[in-house]
Amino acid sequence: MADLIGGKRITIKELNAWYHSLQALTNVNLLIEPNKVTAIIGPSGCGKSTLIRCLNRLHEIIPGARVSGQVLLGSQDIYAPEVDPVEVRRRVGMVFQKPNPFPTMSVFDNVAAGIKLNSRRSRNEIATIVEKSLRQAALWDEVKDKLHNSGAALSGGQQQRLCIARALAIEPEVILMDEPCSALDPMATLKIEELIQELKENYTIVIVTHNMQQAARVSDWTAFFLLGELIEYGHARQIFSNPSDKRTEAYITGRFG
Amino acid sequence: MARVTYDKYLKELQDDMLTLGSMVEKAIERSLEALKKRDLALARQIIDDDMVINMKRFEIEERGIELIATQQPVAKDLRVIMVVLSIITDMERMADHAEGIAKITLLLGDEPPLKPLIDIPRMADKAISMLHRSLSAFINQNTEAAKQISAEDDEIDNLYDQVYRELLIFMLQDPRTISRATYLLWVAHNLERIADRVTNICERIVFLVSGKYEELNVSKY
Amino acid sequence: MKQQLYLWRKIKDKGMSQLIGLSALMMVGILFLILGYIFIKGVSALNWDFFTQLPKPVGEAGGGMANAIVGSFILLGLACSFSLPLGILAGIYLSEFGRNQLGTTVRFAADLLTGLPSIVVGIFIYTLIVLPMKGFSAIAGGIALGIIMVPVITRTTEEMMKIIPLTIREAALALGIREWRTILSVVLPAALPGIITGIMLAIARAAGETAPLLFTALGNRFWHSGLDQPIAALPLQIFTYAISPYEDWHAQAWAGALVLIILVLGLSIATRFLTRGRYYFMR
Repeated sequence: MADLIGGKRITIKELNAWYHSLQALTNVNLLIEPNKVTAIIGPSGCGKSTLIRCLNRLHEIIPGARVSGQVLLGSQDIYAPEVDPVEVRRRVGMVFQKPNPFPTMSVFDNVAAGIKLNSRRSRNEIATIVEKSLRQAALWDEVKDKLHNSGAALSGGQQQRLCIARALAIEPEVILMDEPCSALDPMATLKIEELIQELKENYTIVIVTHNMQQAARVSDWTAFFLLGELIEYGHARQIFSNPSDKRTEAYITGRFG
Repeated sequence: MARVTYDKYLKELQDDMLTLGSMVEKAIERSLEALKKRDLALARQIIDDDMVINMKRFEIEERGIELIATQQPVAKDLRVIMVVLSIITDMERMADHAEGIAKITLLLGDEPPLKPLIDIPRMADKAISMLHRSLSAFINQNTEAAKQISAEDDEIDNLYDQVYRELLIFMLQDPRTISRATYLLWVAHNLERIADRVTNICERIVFLVSGKYEELNVSKY
Repeated sequence: MKQQLYLWRKIKDKGMSQLIGLSALMMVGILFLILGYIFIKGVSALNWDFFTQLPKPVGEAGGGMANAIVGSFILLGLACSFSLPLGILAGIYLSEFGRNQLGTTVRFAADLLTGLPSIVVGIFIYTLIVLPMKGFSAIAGGIALGIIMVPVITRTTEEMMKIIPLTIREAALALGIREWRTILSVVLPAALPGIITGIMLAIARAAGETAPLLFTALGNRFWHSGLDQPIAALPLQIFTYAISPYEDWHAQAWAGALVLIILVLGLSIATRFLTRGRYYFMR
């Protein structure tokens, strides 16, 4: 295990985000621990997706979107003026709500896309990284004989793991997951959840989920958001067995939201 | 297949319960040793150690609650957690009985022994053996063994009867022995309660395996 | 009373559905009438010579439209050579960066251009190219056809690119792929089947145009002799032959029409094949 890639700590300071005049996040301060799974929970529209999209500067691609504040990846502020958002995204991988493999690409090319389109690597190097990423995503055994088939021909759960492999291939330090299981069946969901547990050995993982049970199962730390504000942040086992804020308790017990 | 982490937590919870079980076993054993040897230091030690057992019990309970809160256990997984939570309560009470015996040892102080202890150590050995085997039955999920162990509670009851009668005779013959005899009677009573709680554990094992509630042995006392 | 009302409603309902069905039938009927008529009229004059021989002078039997078939291909090639890059790039611009005043203007212009009568395009090129060059030419004809193709290609490219969901683009951007690379290497390939269909439609439309060629390519009875010279084209040849008073030329015109239709039909079928077997896009 010599080539472990350590996850990075993320420090969020005074983060605000807007869509035009609508403020989606208000004064968020949050410390995301390295090599841990941090879950962001909260009712729809509480800003949880916005938050993780701020962590790889994907928020700003939406017309009218604005951000203020600091997000430190390790010790570097990713919103510093000299930082290229494209570089940030190479350090922070992302997995989306619906599996979204590139439709015209094979399984292999999907995983290779990030490296092929970003940098010059030899064929051998690319093949090695693809295999390693697919293994990390626990997909290798299922697709090794159909690497050159369409990625879109896989099952939903496999497609999502393909998307995870694709994110891993660029060798990020952080992996963001935006409701990664909401389009999957329970078995595929469990598989992804187990995978998350394995991945945290090497990466910092931030997962947004509207499934509280899932947050409880997979996360080490849980942050509860309401109307763009961080309400409570703590160990998952504390949040789910003994939350300190009444609103958190009401939400996780299903009494509102 | 999946849920490796969850399975690990479940196993850890049960392992912790077994650890608590052996701590309690040890406590009962040592309380008898202190009584036999009139070892007041050891008795005090046992009383102090009871705090550790109490803490351990709360710790396990907390982990069980966290497991329920975070992992949504159902069916047998849920029974495992509920059974563990209930068994540790019994165990904690057993440890309190051991503590009770240690306190009696302190009360007896250096008063001369009433008589050589024969049946009380037998009761203790039996109770400890029952506890020990009930934990094995838990590990092996063996309902037959559990039922058999709880049947052995009758032997404890008989020994208790015997001790009671014997001590009664002492008290009738010589009123000066009343206080010492009463103390010993309490010891026997504590041991009898411990064995009763083993029966509870056995009932929980049957529930764990089959999901059925069964009253295994109605104690005479 | 009620019974009568129901009966009346029933009759109305039956009558209306039959009317609609009849209209649909008539639509298909007209298509088959045209196809069948052209086939019957044209197939008798179709032979090997038709595809290999130049037209014969009046009175001489035989001859073919080889020069016109080749000419049509050359004109379409010329038209594609500038309308494809222009149309596709403009389409990409509209779909990716067209959310502004310029985009709206371009989109409006493209729609206007689509509706422009093709004869107007011919006259425009005549003034702009034929007169200064002092002569009809293949180039002028190619440009005229290209102008007809550009707006169709632009708009289909835009629409096809827009159909590709945002999540695909976000996936690429999130991998740290730059925006232009995302557009060219991820979005464009995904939209390609649709764009190819659009291109084929545009070619099919241009292949049948006669009016813009009248003032530009003019037509030619011989093999083409250079891009700056007049050139023959199938629709032109059909037009010339059809308005002539000669019986055998009429027959050749029918054969030309049949070939043109088969060409266009072949193009659509080829499109279907081209876009099949590629990875399908799942949503």
